Amino acid sequence: MEVFVAALTIFILALFLGFEIITKVPPLLHTPLMSGANAISGITLVGTLVTAGSQLSTLTTVLGFLAVAMATANVVGGFLVTHRMLQMFRRKD
Amino acid sequence: MSQALINLFYLAAAVLFILGLKGLSHPRTAVRGNLMGSAGMLLAVVVTLLDQRIVSFQIILAGLVVGGLIGGILAARVAMTSMPQMVAVFNGFGGAASAVAVGAVVEEALARGMIEQLTSAQFTVASAASGMIGAVTFTGSMIAFTKLQGLILEKPFLFPGRHVVNLMLLVGSLGLSGWFVADPSSSLSFWLMIAAASVLGILLVVPIGGADMPVVIALLNSYSGLAAAGVGWVLNNSVLIIAGSLVGAAGFILTSLMCRAMNRSLTNVMFAGVGATISKSDEEDIYTGKIKSASAEDVAMMLDGARRVVIVPGYGMAVAQAQYVVHDLTQLLESKDVEVEFAIHPVAGRMPGHMNVLLAEASIPYDKLLEMDVINPSFQQTDVTLVIGANDVVNPLAREDDPSIPIAGMPILDVDQSRSVVIVKRSLSPGFAGIANPLFAADNTVMLFGDAKQVAMDLLAAMKQG
Repeated sequence: MEVFVAALTIFILALFLGFEIITKVPPLLHTPLMSGANAISGITLVGTLVTAGSQLSTLTTVLGFLAVAMATANVVGGFLVTHRMLQMFRRKD
Repeated sequence: MSQALINLFYLAAAVLFILGLKGLSHPRTAVRGNLMGSAGMLLAVVVTLLDQRIVSFQIILAGLVVGGLIGGILAARVAMTSMPQMVAVFNGFGGAASAVAVGAVVEEALARGMIEQLTSAQFTVASAASGMIGAVTFTGSMIAFTKLQGLILEKPFLFPGRHVVNLMLLVGSLGLSGWFVADPSSSLSFWLMIAAASVLGILLVVPIGGADMPVVIALLNSYSGLAAAGVGWVLNNSVLIIAGSLVGAAGFILTSLMCRAMNRSLTNVMFAGVGATISKSDEEDIYTGKIKSASAEDVAMMLDGARRVVIVPGYGMAVAQAQYVVHDLTQLLESKDVEVEFAIHPVAGRMPGHMNVLLAEASIPYDKLLEMDVINPSFQQTDVTLVIGANDVVNPLAREDDPSIPIAGMPILDVDQSRSVVIVKRSLSPGFAGIANPLFAADNTVMLFGDAKQVAMDLLAAMKQG
């Protein structure tokens, strides 16, 4: 129960923090915001690594591989495409 | 490394994510912000790899390489017009990764006989929740991708009894989740739930039209964050919970902004199937005898005498790839001391902020791209407003208080208040809302028919001659 309450505290506070930060992002940058946030949601990767490397059974290894590959695609692709877009918003002069 | 030390590094990663998102509040700091976010991710991954439960790195490495290549190649090659489908694909990957990751953790707990975990309600409930949200995110995003890419019909596909079928799938997924929570000794109920949720994701997005995809993508973005946060609940991992809820909040804010910009509720966007039928009834009365067609030379003369010009770009301009020529036109006008600004409606393009990216790609400085609320008061002092490939967002019918008008109450750009309006458009065909636009027949409006890119080139040529 203690663990649950601690996790709930973090969850709720992070949601509020998210609302506060994101409302300050101007509409100009909403597309990079979306792809950048999307890349951050690839944090699932952290949750997949341990299972993928534990060599427990064929099933967990296959699932682990799939999860690592998809989460990595999400992370790498998301940050890269965001970078490409943000470069365009640099002042040319 | 002790768990406490690992958690401290996770905390540092979470702080980097927060600073990274904060950096996106201004174009000047945005690039650095994104780099901070990726540094946070790298830190979290490296620290996790030091975990002693990892006995072999082969599978991990293979996954990192395959995923990195797929993501890297897609991101490096995608055209800016295709950004919405790109985000949808990455979103889908994220959702699927969460669902599969939770499945792997459940199988691991079963194989190891980790009774303590399996009997904890936090573990089972969070597994079921993030698995379900992840699966809906995956298949929903894939359908959104195929619609935006034009692989399947963009129009809403409304099958009879869809609300009943969807409700049954929802209840079914929740029931299977309940079964798993009550009896986690077998993973069968978990995987059946994943299957039901996957079908639900497909059927939820299929009835939604192409122009409503910005809302769908924003919502699915929010879901992918919540699914990641769910994985954090399963593993008791704080960085997953923090990062996931930040993304959940971001997606939710963008979803509600998009809905407000169309004056529609989320329920209406998701379930009403708007755009399935196009009414042609009142077009004749509005247009007959009132449409004035102009040539590029006529419009070039109007622009030549103007002191202030506002350009309203719509998705049609991007489809025609006219933004580069529009950039040249802007420069020519500015060299003649004409003030030029761009009016960006919140739903211009196919995802939030999409039009800004397309114009920035064409080297149009971002300080010329003005939001609706900022530019609306200035239309009265505008000599010529050039509407290129936009329709519903400038339709004065939106101001009417008539519920039969699909866009009633939607905030619009007040272009009809400028001295003269030029509409660049292929034909008089209606926009996504399927209704006629009285602006086209207004006294101060002329139509310049043709493909946006060709018209912009003709205008450029005519102005250089004049």
